[in-house]
Amino acid sequence: MGLKTKFNAEEGKQDITITREFDLPVELVFKAHVDPEIIVQWKVQPNTTAKILKFGGKKHGSYQMQSTDSQGKIVSTVSGVIHEFIPNRKIIRTFEIENAPIGVMLEFYDFEPLTDDTSKLTMHVIYESGAIRDQLMKSPGGSGYTMGAAHDRMEEIMSKLK
Amino acid sequence: MELKTKINAENGKQDLTITREFDLPVELLFKAYTEPEIIEQVMTNPYTTAKLLKYEGKKHGSYQTQSTDANGKIVFKSNGVFHEFTPNKKIIRTFEMENAPFGVQLEVYEFESVSDGTSRLKMHVIYESNAQRDQLLKMPFAQGLSMAHDRLQEIMSKLK
Amino acid sequence: MNLRRDVFQAIADPTRRAILMLVATQTMTAGAIASNFDTARPTVSKHLQILTECQLLKQEQNGREIYYNLNPNKMKEIANFIDPFRKMWDDRFNKLEDIMKKYKPKK
Repeated sequence: MGLKTKFNAEEGKQDITITREFDLPVELVFKAHVDPEIIVQWKVQPNTTAKILKFGGKKHGSYQMQSTDSQGKIVSTVSGVIHEFIPNRKIIRTFEIENAPIGVMLEFYDFEPLTDDTSKLTMHVIYESGAIRDQLMKSPGGSGYTMGAAHDRMEEIMSKLK
Repeated sequence: MELKTKINAENGKQDLTITREFDLPVELLFKAYTEPEIIEQVMTNPYTTAKLLKYEGKKHGSYQTQSTDANGKIVFKSNGVFHEFTPNKKIIRTFEMENAPFGVQLEVYEFESVSDGTSRLKMHVIYESNAQRDQLLKMPFAQGLSMAHDRLQEIMSKLK
Repeated sequence: MNLRRDVFQAIADPTRRAILMLVATQTMTAGAIASNFDTARPTVSKHLQILTECQLLKQEQNGREIYYNLNPNKMKEIANFIDPFRKMWDDRFNKLEDIMKKYKPKK
């Protein structure tokens, strides 16, 4: 069974495009990305628990999320600031894994309704360099499998809210 | 004539770097980028006056600029947010020209002391696509061409 | 000035850049150029066509063969695209430097 989440990373470039269609109305897909209580249920690394330390879901707001392992040890903290925030349409934000040598990313999330009950998410992620992009794609956290599985989990969670 | 500014824009890529050394201590160079009155002064030119509508010079702060011509018409607007803001060292911010087809840029400014009285600025600008980067690169060339064309027409019309 | 093809796009491809380097100092036939690459001959021909259309390559007929050679004037044009951009930034930076040299902090 192939992954429903599709990745496009052209050779030699420093960005990646991720697309996924959901059996969910666009409002629920957007909600899953901006409701702190829902984010921590799916947008996390496997075998970690996430906690939102800060989440300003608006233009020029900022966010910070911390992940801990089963022993309670902090595994990573991610943070950034929101450049654009249009409900059910678009989010543009910076993203950084604190204290990791991978620089800052610029992420574009486009939310699009397809029918009343289905929608499409297109993510365009731009890295500081092609080398960083390639490095991250090889790591377990950055691999397609992890993101695809996270999207599956999100769809399951949000289906219950339909 | 050798220009002091170096630009590195590799073909096919969606980023570029701009490097320049200044006869200024790094603190003054950083101030030029972070003090609202100076930013306005540097951005203002004989044709347009720049104003900062908003400026929060700190991590997760935001900014908004507006430039008007001699008739008060708004000719340029930009806005963005600061992802990182480390005094005399580094600024990472987003930059968007409003109502323009150039998308949103990620800009990394690195400030470095070279000696007591000199410093270096390195700007790494990353665009949404290499097409947008190239379009921006060509703009001054296109403007120059169009100005040269007008000049030529002016000269030619006088020869008639 | 109406270019049939955008030079920026033409030189964005690594194989085409390699072709330009090959014929920078010598003229070569299509066959001789193609033998330098693992790529299939029709693909190389397509690259040559693109480069010729945007005038980066000149063609010279010698007997029954066509020889390709770099057009240095066109290459200079590409370098010149960046010059106005660079000058624009340099002017801005000069202005910044002048302003800051006169800067006196307010007490």
